[in-house]
Amino acid sequence: MISIQQLSKVFKTNTTTIQAVDDLNLRIDKGEIFGVIGYSGAGKSTFIRLINRLEEPTAGDVIIDGQEITALSKNQLRLSRQEIGMIFQHFNLLWSRTVRENIALPLEIAGVSKEERISRVDELIRLVGLAGREDAYPSQLSGGQKQRVGIARALANKPKVLLCDEATSALDPETTDSILSLLVDINEKLGLTIILITHEMHVIQKICHRVAVMEGGKIVEQGEVVDVFSHPDKAVTKKFVEQVMGKPDKDITEEAFVQSVESGKVLRLHFVGETANQAIISQVAKKFDVEINIIQGNVKQTQSGAYGSLFVHVTGEETELEQAINYITSTSVEVEVKTDA
Amino acid sequence: MLKTLFPNVNWFDLLIATGETFYMTILALIGTLIFGIILGLLLYLTAPGGIWQHKTLNFIVAAFVNIFRAIPFLILILLLIPFTNFLIGTIRGQNAALPALIIGSAPFYARLVEIGLREVDKGVVEAAKSMGAKTSTIIFKVLLKESTPALVSGLTVTAIALISYTAVAGVIGAGGLGDFAYFHGFVRQDFDVMFVCTVLIVIIVFIFQFIGDALTNKLDKR
Repeated sequence: MISIQQLSKVFKTNTTTIQAVDDLNLRIDKGEIFGVIGYSGAGKSTFIRLINRLEEPTAGDVIIDGQEITALSKNQLRLSRQEIGMIFQHFNLLWSRTVRENIALPLEIAGVSKEERISRVDELIRLVGLAGREDAYPSQLSGGQKQRVGIARALANKPKVLLCDEATSALDPETTDSILSLLVDINEKLGLTIILITHEMHVIQKICHRVAVMEGGKIVEQGEVVDVFSHPDKAVTKKFVEQVMGKPDKDITEEAFVQSVESGKVLRLHFVGETANQAIISQVAKKFDVEINIIQGNVKQTQSGAYGSLFVHVTGEETELEQAINYITSTSVEVEVKTDA
Repeated sequence: MLKTLFPNVNWFDLLIATGETFYMTILALIGTLIFGIILGLLLYLTAPGGIWQHKTLNFIVAAFVNIFRAIPFLILILLLIPFTNFLIGTIRGQNAALPALIIGSAPFYARLVEIGLREVDKGVVEAAKSMGAKTSTIIFKVLLKESTPALVSGLTVTAIALISYTAVAGVIGAGGLGDFAYFHGFVRQDFDVMFVCTVLIVIIVFIFQFIGDALTNKLDKR
């Protein structure tokens, strides 16, 4: 639905040239939540601004729904922007306007009649859960509420795409979660395509379907969130995955325990995008005459199921153990036998 | 009692003079508001990185503003005599004071407008652009609206400077309390007249300051 081809942005000053975005290619499907992650200076902020031409690209094309954004005249671009919502890290609300008036602004810009504006604003206020705060000024709202206003405002003209520029970076963890669930909710309810940029991997883990990792203006790695989590290739990606999963060498601290088991087996169950087999432990315990002891685990929920691994210690009759392992292997959960005492 | 304390004050004439001061101040203030906002917007919009970024225009407007702010008001009035004569047809009376009052205070106000506009969050302007707003919408619904408290408090400061300018203008025959204090008080050595005029001017200043502060507080929702 969104196609980005050879997109580049060069900032020139008298003394220096900075290649903020470097020959970037990307396809984003309709209805997906696409995350772009990178450290500050990676060019992700510039990238998202190139999509609606808040920054003019130096070269390359942006095509949204068959419309070549990069070829539009100033006036056409204005109209086109009304179909691209955007939310910001610092919300960027007008403090002189109430919640209701802030949400109405894009409708005023689009020339929507007054009656229609009123009913649309009411609808949006309900959608983002701000009922009762309609007449408050932004200064009277919490950060999370301000971002809800930002989201409602971005959705006012029923956009095709929502661009999120570090939308949760100024919020505390709890508020971040509530805003992320709102975004997922909107994505599912309205089938809206969402592109978000962030430096926080848990944002990607919680809501994105696909992710691209940016470094030095380029996309160095991209794919399904679960795939990137399970097989991070580049060093920068590994670091981001560690943000959420912890360092892989934490597993090794369990080595001592693993070595000291006297009976049964220590298994490592690997979940990759698991949705069907999340109750695997209790299923195994019910079906087979084995004792299962969970030693350590780290499983995160992503948009396409659970990802992570679980270390378990299983004891019982040899044949029962055999069958239990065969059963687990028959599901999509991967099994690795760590010790076999 | 007023007769004994202020024997030389003609209260009726004084009332007229007060009215003239208000008349000049308010009309000049309206003119200053209009020209100040236009000049302030031009300064802001044509500045580097602005929506209408334009080096030459920015230089010209800035030069105009700086020059007219630098000229002492008394000299400005004298310099503008031919212009006033051409525009108003006379160089005496309250209306004749208006061009000088406006040209003297609009550049001052323009700088205050520019400062106010600069304080508008760049992110809000960006948000409006992302919604597909026209430049005119950005100017009227975002820039001017968001900076209203600064524009009003700036106008209050300007109004007070204007009141003192009207007194200066009075000395060369524009009417008002300055004129009254000078010709009826100073020239005739009737110091009670000067005293009453001074008190009245101070009261007028306080009134403007009070209205301005109240308005700024009411408008500021930050």
